[in-house]
Amino acid sequence: MIKYFLKRCIAILPVLLVVSILAFAFVHLLPGDPARMMAGDDADAATIEMLRQELGLDKPLPMQYFTYMGKLAKGDLGMSLRTKIPVYDELRLRYTPTMYLAMAGMAWSVIIGVFFGAVAAIYNGKWQDYTAMLVSVSGISVPQFWLGLLAIQLFSVHLGWLPVAGYTGKFSELILPAFTLGATVAAIMARFTLSAFLDVLDEEYISTARAKGVTETLVMWKHAFRNALIPVITMVGLQFGFLLGGSVVVETVFAWPGLGRYMIEAVAVRDYPVLQALLLLYSFHFVFINLLVDMVYALINPEIRYE
Amino acid sequence: MKQKKTPFSIFWHKFKQRKTAMVAGIFIVVLVLTALFAPMVAPYDPFETDYSLSMMGPTLDHPAGTDVYGRDILSRIIYGSRISLAVGFTSVFVGALVGVTLGLISGFFGGFLDGLIMRTSDVLFAFPGILLAIAIVAILGPGLINVVVAVSVFSMPTFARIVRGSTLALKESLYVKAATSVGASKKRVMFVHILPGTLGGVIIYFTMRIGTSIITAASLSFLGLGAQPPTPEWGAMLAESRDYIGVADHMTIFPGIAIFLTVLFFNLFGDGLRTALDPKTK
Repeated sequence: MIKYFLKRCIAILPVLLVVSILAFAFVHLLPGDPARMMAGDDADAATIEMLRQELGLDKPLPMQYFTYMGKLAKGDLGMSLRTKIPVYDELRLRYTPTMYLAMAGMAWSVIIGVFFGAVAAIYNGKWQDYTAMLVSVSGISVPQFWLGLLAIQLFSVHLGWLPVAGYTGKFSELILPAFTLGATVAAIMARFTLSAFLDVLDEEYISTARAKGVTETLVMWKHAFRNALIPVITMVGLQFGFLLGGSVVVETVFAWPGLGRYMIEAVAVRDYPVLQALLLLYSFHFVFINLLVDMVYALINPEIRYE
Repeated sequence: MKQKKTPFSIFWHKFKQRKTAMVAGIFIVVLVLTALFAPMVAPYDPFETDYSLSMMGPTLDHPAGTDVYGRDILSRIIYGSRISLAVGFTSVFVGALVGVTLGLISGFFGGFLDGLIMRTSDVLFAFPGILLAIAIVAILGPGLINVVVAVSVFSMPTFARIVRGSTLALKESLYVKAATSVGASKKRVMFVHILPGTLGGVIIYFTMRIGTSIITAASLSFLGLGAQPPTPEWGAMLAESRDYIGVADHMTIFPGIAIFLTVLFFNLFGDGLRTALDPKTK
């Protein structure tokens, strides 16, 4: 078991290396001279030259990469071009709101999605199945930003039940953004749970359980459901990445002060150090989430563990 | 008289049973026709402003109401279908073209090339599409063409994987071995013998992907990274409506319905195709 975990941990090192090179290369992929861009349009030649030296852009690329990684190890992500505040401090402030929102979105969507998927599987071919899957395919087809706008329109403006937007720590402010963010994932989870559940129902141990007279409820919830959950758990991990991506749109709709909205602001003013840091931060999250998924999967599925 | 069973007739027989997919297919045809003949179908010029009609709710003259500048929203939605369909279709097509080629090379030659292509697609795959698209637009700058490029890039890895998988299987099949043994060139084996066999999976994913691409492109326009005003693009129209929530609800409702229904019908159609092409279903 420990050997498997160690092997998985070592396997992500090259991926992290590639990701860090990509994030480093990001600024160099941009059309034009990074120093000129960072200095702004009205900078004179001397200022640009000074900035070039300050950023080490006059040195060979591999040297620049090592300098960049060295700074990164110390938590130095550079300065935001727009606010002149260290990017690290900016990100730290926005990290919690994004994670808070993503966790809330994940929590409700997994519970609801898995529940409806299981119901659809148990009532396979009946109206419960069709209804759940109709709702689910609609959930996949609805654009998140529109769902968010409609939710604001109905619940905040017309009914006045919930705040339009904001982040002051009240639970009521979390409801609409978390609902919007989780809607697509809930739909995906429902579809995925349905197919995982139906696959399990084809297994021989289900027939065995039925044959020996176990009640149908017990077969469904004890034998089938628990086994269907194994692939579902993998899916939860993968969907977390999707959720972080979706938070860019949802945070913009609800003026949520997280990483996603910050990213859009940074794109708009071409704040490259910020974008570089965000790309790195997001990629590291995805790599580690995938690692975590693999490990949880090994923990619950002995077939993989002893391979 | 007994009809001969061709693969197509089997497919068609199964597909016809899926009522929702049939309805979805008809809707898609109507939508494509609407987009093609937009100037004839749209009741007004989508750019014509009339401040005396600013933000009017739905009426008989303007079934979907008007926007801040008094432009007819229905006409803008009809013209917007051209953009959404073109962006959705082109981006998936480019993604499929590159992805299928890479997948074919990867599966056929194996070895170093395979490793390189698959590891790269793993990295792309780990990244949620919209973030990747935003990063690409950040490099290339905002605009519709760049959105197409961005959305194509994140469609590629899945196409590559699907085709690689079926290529690996087909490479070992008897008929491919037979072709090789009678001296068919590698190029001929790849494109004439293997490629057609991989297309079933590609077509299914192609259809499913159009919906996702339309949503992503509309999201980018909503975020201000895609189509710019006054272009009648659905996502951009919704961005304009944001400031008037509660004042002019119809501005938010109608363009959103257009995106939702279009994507929904592409997804239902894709679902139907998948079931009909799946040899396990009857």
